[in-house]
Amino acid sequence: MAQSALLNASILKKVAMALSGIFLITFLALHVTLNFISIISEDVFNEASHFMGYNPLIQFVMQPILAIGVIFHFVMGFVLTLQNRAARPIAYANYNGAANASWSSRNMIISGLVILAFLGLHFYDFWFPEVTYKYIAGTAPDATRYYGELVHKFHDPIRTGLYCVSFILLGFHLWHGFASSLQSVGMHNKYSRFLAKVGYWFSVVVPALFVIIALFHHFNN
Amino acid sequence: MKLTLKIWRQKNAQDKGGIVDYPIDGIEPDMSFLEMLDVLNEQLINKGEEPVAFDHDCREGICGMCSLFINGEAHGPDRGVTTCQLHMRMFKDGDTIFIEPFRAKAFPVIKDLVVDRSSFDRIQHAGGFISVNTSGNTIDANTIPVNKSDADKSFDAAACIGCGACVATCKNSSAMLFVGAKVSQYALLPQGKVEATERVLNMVHQMDLEGFGNCTNTGACEVECPKGISLENIARMNREYLSASLKG
Amino acid sequence: MALDSKIPNGPIADKWTNYKDHINLVNPANKRNLDIIIVGTGLAGGSAAATLAELGYNVKAFCFQDSPRRAHSIAAQGGINAAKNYKGDGDSVYRLFYDTVKGGDYRAREANVHRLAEVSANIIDQCVAQGVPLAREYGGLLDNRSFGGTLVSRTFYAQGQTGQQLLLGAYSAMNRQIGRGKVKMYNRHEMLDLVIVDGKARGIIARNLITGEIERHSAHAVVVGSGGYGNVFFLSTNAMGSNATAAWKIHKKGAFFANPCYTQIHPTCIPVSGDHQSKLTLMSESLRNDGRIWVPAKLEDAQAIREGKKKATDLSEEERDYFLERRYPAFGNLVPRDVASRAAKERCDAGFGVNKTGEAVYLDFAAAIERYGKEAAYVKGLDANDKTLVTKLGTDIVKSKYGNLFQMYLKIVDENPYVTPMMIYPAVHYTMGGTWVDYNLMTTIPGCFSIGESNFSDHGANRLGASALMQGLADGYFVLPYTIGDYLAPDIKMGEISTDLPEFVEAEKAVKDQIDKFINNNGTHSVDYFHKKLGKIMWDKVGMARNEKGLNEAIVEIAALREEFYRDVKVPGSANEFNQELEKATRVADFLELGELFAKDALHRNESCGGHFREEYQTEEGEALRDDDNFAYVAAWEYKGKPSDAVLHKEPLNYENIKLVQRSYK
Repeated sequence: MAQSALLNASILKKVAMALSGIFLITFLALHVTLNFISIISEDVFNEASHFMGYNPLIQFVMQPILAIGVIFHFVMGFVLTLQNRAARPIAYANYNGAANASWSSRNMIISGLVILAFLGLHFYDFWFPEVTYKYIAGTAPDATRYYGELVHKFHDPIRTGLYCVSFILLGFHLWHGFASSLQSVGMHNKYSRFLAKVGYWFSVVVPALFVIIALFHHFNN
Repeated sequence: MKLTLKIWRQKNAQDKGGIVDYPIDGIEPDMSFLEMLDVLNEQLINKGEEPVAFDHDCREGICGMCSLFINGEAHGPDRGVTTCQLHMRMFKDGDTIFIEPFRAKAFPVIKDLVVDRSSFDRIQHAGGFISVNTSGNTIDANTIPVNKSDADKSFDAAACIGCGACVATCKNSSAMLFVGAKVSQYALLPQGKVEATERVLNMVHQMDLEGFGNCTNTGACEVECPKGISLENIARMNREYLSASLKG
Repeated sequence: MALDSKIPNGPIADKWTNYKDHINLVNPANKRNLDIIIVGTGLAGGSAAATLAELGYNVKAFCFQDSPRRAHSIAAQGGINAAKNYKGDGDSVYRLFYDTVKGGDYRAREANVHRLAEVSANIIDQCVAQGVPLAREYGGLLDNRSFGGTLVSRTFYAQGQTGQQLLLGAYSAMNRQIGRGKVKMYNRHEMLDLVIVDGKARGIIARNLITGEIERHSAHAVVVGSGGYGNVFFLSTNAMGSNATAAWKIHKKGAFFANPCYTQIHPTCIPVSGDHQSKLTLMSESLRNDGRIWVPAKLEDAQAIREGKKKATDLSEEERDYFLERRYPAFGNLVPRDVASRAAKERCDAGFGVNKTGEAVYLDFAAAIERYGKEAAYVKGLDANDKTLVTKLGTDIVKSKYGNLFQMYLKIVDENPYVTPMMIYPAVHYTMGGTWVDYNLMTTIPGCFSIGESNFSDHGANRLGASALMQGLADGYFVLPYTIGDYLAPDIKMGEISTDLPEFVEAEKAVKDQIDKFINNNGTHSVDYFHKKLGKIMWDKVGMARNEKGLNEAIVEIAALREEFYRDVKVPGSANEFNQELEKATRVADFLELGELFAKDALHRNESCGGHFREEYQTEEGEALRDDDNFAYVAAWEYKGKPSDAVLHKEPLNYENIKLVQRSYK
């Protein structure tokens, strides 16, 4: 079989989707940990954020890899969705998808799009100001500014609300995505059943923590 | 029982087709779904109309010929059955029942509710076999003991009847449960391991050529499969495929 | 024309080996120049197609289904026999041979049956090599179960779907050859006539069932493996599409039809539930390993049960009549099918039937559940007197053995067979009769072969359980590949046969004419209307028990029905499209002829044997009474324009190795 055919193979595409997903899941774990610190200690949070913001390994190696991971996951998600839709040119007049599959598994594209939109907002809120601060305006580093910026962002109830809704959809996305990625890479045994349970907890706890953090800062200040 | 049937009618592959309503009366709960359609067809013929074409053969749930997407589900609302084993006692008097063909680009409609599932055959031509000739002097069947658990799993995968419900029900029209079952049946047996690498590469390649969608692990196929083929088979295929493609 | 069975000389155990050593072979380069048409892709046709293609012939295979995997062999449940003696219980080739001849009530051809027994072990080896997942024990070796009519465990199985697994094995072997281009597969095609050129079968006329196109296909030999004709009864365990058309068309072109009256009525089927019934469902014979068959001992209890005033579980042991165990203590519930069926019918006719129509007996697993439950409790060190626990443990074991069958029953009847006994009744299942073939599996038309259920073959007047799969695969994998080579050897220089020959043109025209006649008939009744009527005549008068008066009536009634059919059948739609009613019409037309020959054959056979039971010929205890002096022959019928004019040819059956005795399972 030709090498090009291999690259186009359905299974490799879904494996790539799964691997990028697993990568993003580890990133989420890190992100939620950092954010959670903001509830516990302003100083530690500032310190950690400053480290992340100025460590060259994170800034110039991990950040681009993350960006590539995110872009790949999204682009591939769109491509696959379009291809999968094309596999059924005439739709059913009556299709009872709820009878045999969860909402989250059937609507990854919807939860994914919400997360994409959220990322736009999130970049607008944090990433663009950060880049402007550091690289465009060239302002001198200030290791104490992060907590204040964070709290300020959650002042607006609409933004806080949008964040919370997005986190809930992130939960749905993870609910299917976590276990699904294991299945895609070919794991199906007692360990994967355990890991899937971990995944369900993860998809509840992590978004819940994000929501709690957002609401905490909204109401606490 | 009195029912309203909403049935997909399509004269041939070129025709556009559409849903037509048929009221029907006098249906008994003990009838199978296909016997209910027999009654309808008898009435249509007597009225001088064309009967509804649908695939069926053994009517005991093993040949895999019957299909039908009934009220939004492959083989209808019951679990672990094919359409021919679905009985009218699953419905209530006065129900409206949608009856559509299995839909997928790889399953084009031939007429009414009859679809062409030869894409499944072509996938198997590509590798659904063990290359052994009939000679009469193959080794004794008991020469190679097979671990019972593997033999049982292989059997469970081989229980697939090739009906296509997995494709029909999958929101992506993916055939991975079918192909996964075929790959697993052989991959689990010592006899099948010899050409496992080639087999999985070739079968998946053919599956992709046929225009099936990709698997997003919704699990709908496993729920609707009349033979309860497990998703584990898809995972095994993924695994086999990954290791095969790494071997190149 | 005298029938020549071409049985090789020599001792029976050496016949097949000697035969193979002395036949003509075709060299591999020449096989490429030979085409073979195979009609039907079940166990026999599918295995033949794969093997012949492996050998190098160009195979064209035809099936009316959308894939070879759907052929009705797929529905066989219980198992496949093979003389492997893995159990060490005394099995051997001779015993399998003996059991099969005895089981067939001494009406099978010894040499064929012995060959079948010889190759049986190879079948299991072949299937395992192909990746057929047959049941295994914990040690990793193959498991066996028992079937009716034998005293050894020689049945290999794959849960309750042995047929599907074996067919998928043959289909996978075909797939390999289709992928290589050595088998050209024609799905959704139906053979509608045989083409004979210079006295030899050289092709077929087939209808493409999708487009309606009538096609000509040529070959150097034609193999028919199209299964049996059980659907002549309308209601049977056969698939809806199972038909006799291919077999009947070759009969009309000169192939003799043998023993049509030998039809197997299977004892354990789910009873008819109403007029809408389209087919009957078999419950595997393997259930008789653990199920006990009974009816109420008292008529008033049977009546109370029919009226819904009592339940099966209300009756105590003394109030039950385990009639098979009572009549046949040695074999009990595992007597052969014909014996069990007749015994059930006898009880129901006497008024002991247990469903609304009075045509059902019980198949009860309570004893097995208790026995297994107690064993399991003992093994686990639990209280074997705790009834609830024992029932639960026993139910689990029965479920692991027959779960899929019990579930099937539950879905159809809507009653839980773990709690209330199953209701069963005999139904038409298999046809032992079929096209007459010689030792080479060739019909009386040179170059036209018949394999599997479609030939009259190896089962005599009654087939033992788990022998049909064995015969189908034996014919296709191990017998035909030799015999067809011997036939084809002189044809190597012939080259491709033109489909423009006048014989093709003529045959095609006849097929088109028949189709046009149906389409333009404008009658008033559907095909099913006639098929159901035919089925009723067959079941009532040519069914489980036959008599001279009924058979004479049936012959007249079927002929009249046939006339009415041609006059009044209504086939909607057109010829050049996917038209299922038209498909049915061409099939039922042939059943309407076959049914009459069937009755004629049953009428002429003034004895009872195996699946053929004539009420006039029975012992005082109601057992079948054979007449070996006058009827130890194969009745092969030659077509002469209509079934009533068919001419009888007799092939005497010479038993040199097995002594003819009264078959006893007591």
